[in-house]
Amino acid sequence: MKHVLSALAFALALTLAAPAMVQAQQVNPTANSVTEDALFNALRPGQEVAGRISIPDAGAAGLIKPDNKGWAATHNTTVKSLTTWSIAGVLVLLALFYVVRGRIRIDAGPSGRSITRFAGIERFAHWLMAGSFIVLALTGLNLVLGRTLVLPLVGEGGFGTLSAYGKIAHNYVGWAFMIGLALSFVLWVGRNIPRAHDMTWIAQGGGLLKKGVHPPAGKFNAGQKLIFWLVTLGGIALSVTGYFLLFPGTIGQADWQFYQLIHGIVSALLTAIILAHIYIGSVGMEGAFDAMGSGEVDLNWAKEHHPLWVEEVQGKGAAHGSAHPAE
Amino acid sequence: MARMKFLCDADRCIECNACVTACKNEHEVPWGINRRRVVTLNDGLPGERSVSMACMHCTDAPCASVCPVSCFYTTADGVVLHSKDTCIGCGYCFYACPFGAPQYPQTANFGTRGKMDKCTYCAGGPEADMTMAEYQKYGSNRLAEGKLPLCAEMCSTKALLAGDGDIIAEIYKERVVTRGYGSGAWGWRTAYGDTITV
Repeated sequence: MKHVLSALAFALALTLAAPAMVQAQQVNPTANSVTEDALFNALRPGQEVAGRISIPDAGAAGLIKPDNKGWAATHNTTVKSLTTWSIAGVLVLLALFYVVRGRIRIDAGPSGRSITRFAGIERFAHWLMAGSFIVLALTGLNLVLGRTLVLPLVGEGGFGTLSAYGKIAHNYVGWAFMIGLALSFVLWVGRNIPRAHDMTWIAQGGGLLKKGVHPPAGKFNAGQKLIFWLVTLGGIALSVTGYFLLFPGTIGQADWQFYQLIHGIVSALLTAIILAHIYIGSVGMEGAFDAMGSGEVDLNWAKEHHPLWVEEVQGKGAAHGSAHPAE
Repeated sequence: MARMKFLCDADRCIECNACVTACKNEHEVPWGINRRRVVTLNDGLPGERSVSMACMHCTDAPCASVCPVSCFYTTADGVVLHSKDTCIGCGYCFYACPFGAPQYPQTANFGTRGKMDKCTYCAGGPEADMTMAEYQKYGSNRLAEGKLPLCAEMCSTKALLAGDGDIIAEIYKERVVTRGYGSGAWGWRTAYGDTITV
């Protein structure tokens, strides 16, 4: 009797369950499955199609990141053309300037007497920054333009080796630049606070365009102050972004891309500015290089280009018996 | 010439990771590098799907466009390969790739990454085909042996397809039509600018 009852119960259970099983088979298993179309259309800028991954590399959970192509395109168009045009543009402008204005001579001619413009520590800071900047600029430009300009000249193998050393140099020399930047800032920030007479200097175009025009200037004229602040701010931007690029594991992919673009754009502009600085400090102006070369400049040059500073130093020199600039 | 592509039919993928394992074994890929991986979307939810992903061998590959040393090249079969001799390990390709394909053996100080490694579509590298030099840098060259990539050949559910893009697209379309659904050709619109519409 007991067996009959349990058999009946089993049969009843089967008949009740049977329609439910049929129903389950009719359910479309993909009715609500994820589709590429849907995930893609739901993506907002900066987002990725991501899921779960069973390997330790958590970053690999991102399946499709369409925005990465956007970074690649920006790097290849905006950064590359900005670099090309800013540098080519400044070189053309400098060549034109040289043709029109020629070398800026000391109007009164060399006096034969010199005055100390930059102390050893100042020249050390300048050349630490300048030397490292040149290495960084060349190796950095190589990453942007080398493929177009250098690769055809040296071939793929040679270019690979060259660029590998360039990358190592860029990574290590960056620290020297940061030290030089910090040192220069500390040494010169006091002399680079904008003054009222800087407006006169700017209004007269720094006397650059016309012979015999020498607007007022202290130890640093308004143009040099501008360079100082551009180098300081640009240098800080490059140092901060460069630091993150050196330690990519500490930041996400989108952050890296952002820092890389900032780094590329700022360095292109700063390189163009520095080219102009190099020009006026060497070929462009008689007597200018001595300031950072020996540190001693001709007195007539100093009187023409930094009259307020000469007055200050000579006044001080009379009072204290020293021709050394105050620092 | 065939235009080689990968296609993962996510409605068939069971996330067994055999493709991942086969790839690692076939090419003796170093620890920490996965040329292929399986990502599960909507994990644990209704409609969950798994997709096996590796280098998609893009048309106009963004990795190749950003490489500062131009170490990438596309073969006659449409396979995107690179030269580890030229690679400087800058990482640009990693940031340009929408699929996370480029990987590096190191994460040392100052962003030292070592030479980039990625899926070669089992087609080796610039060295002479099936040489030891090629094997050590890029793994085996199955294409030169007349075989297709091992990940797809191993796939037990035939979810992962490798071969001529037109042919695998036809196979996929036929499947979608026959069974009445398909979650799409994952990554195709990003890699080739065009997806498979059924």
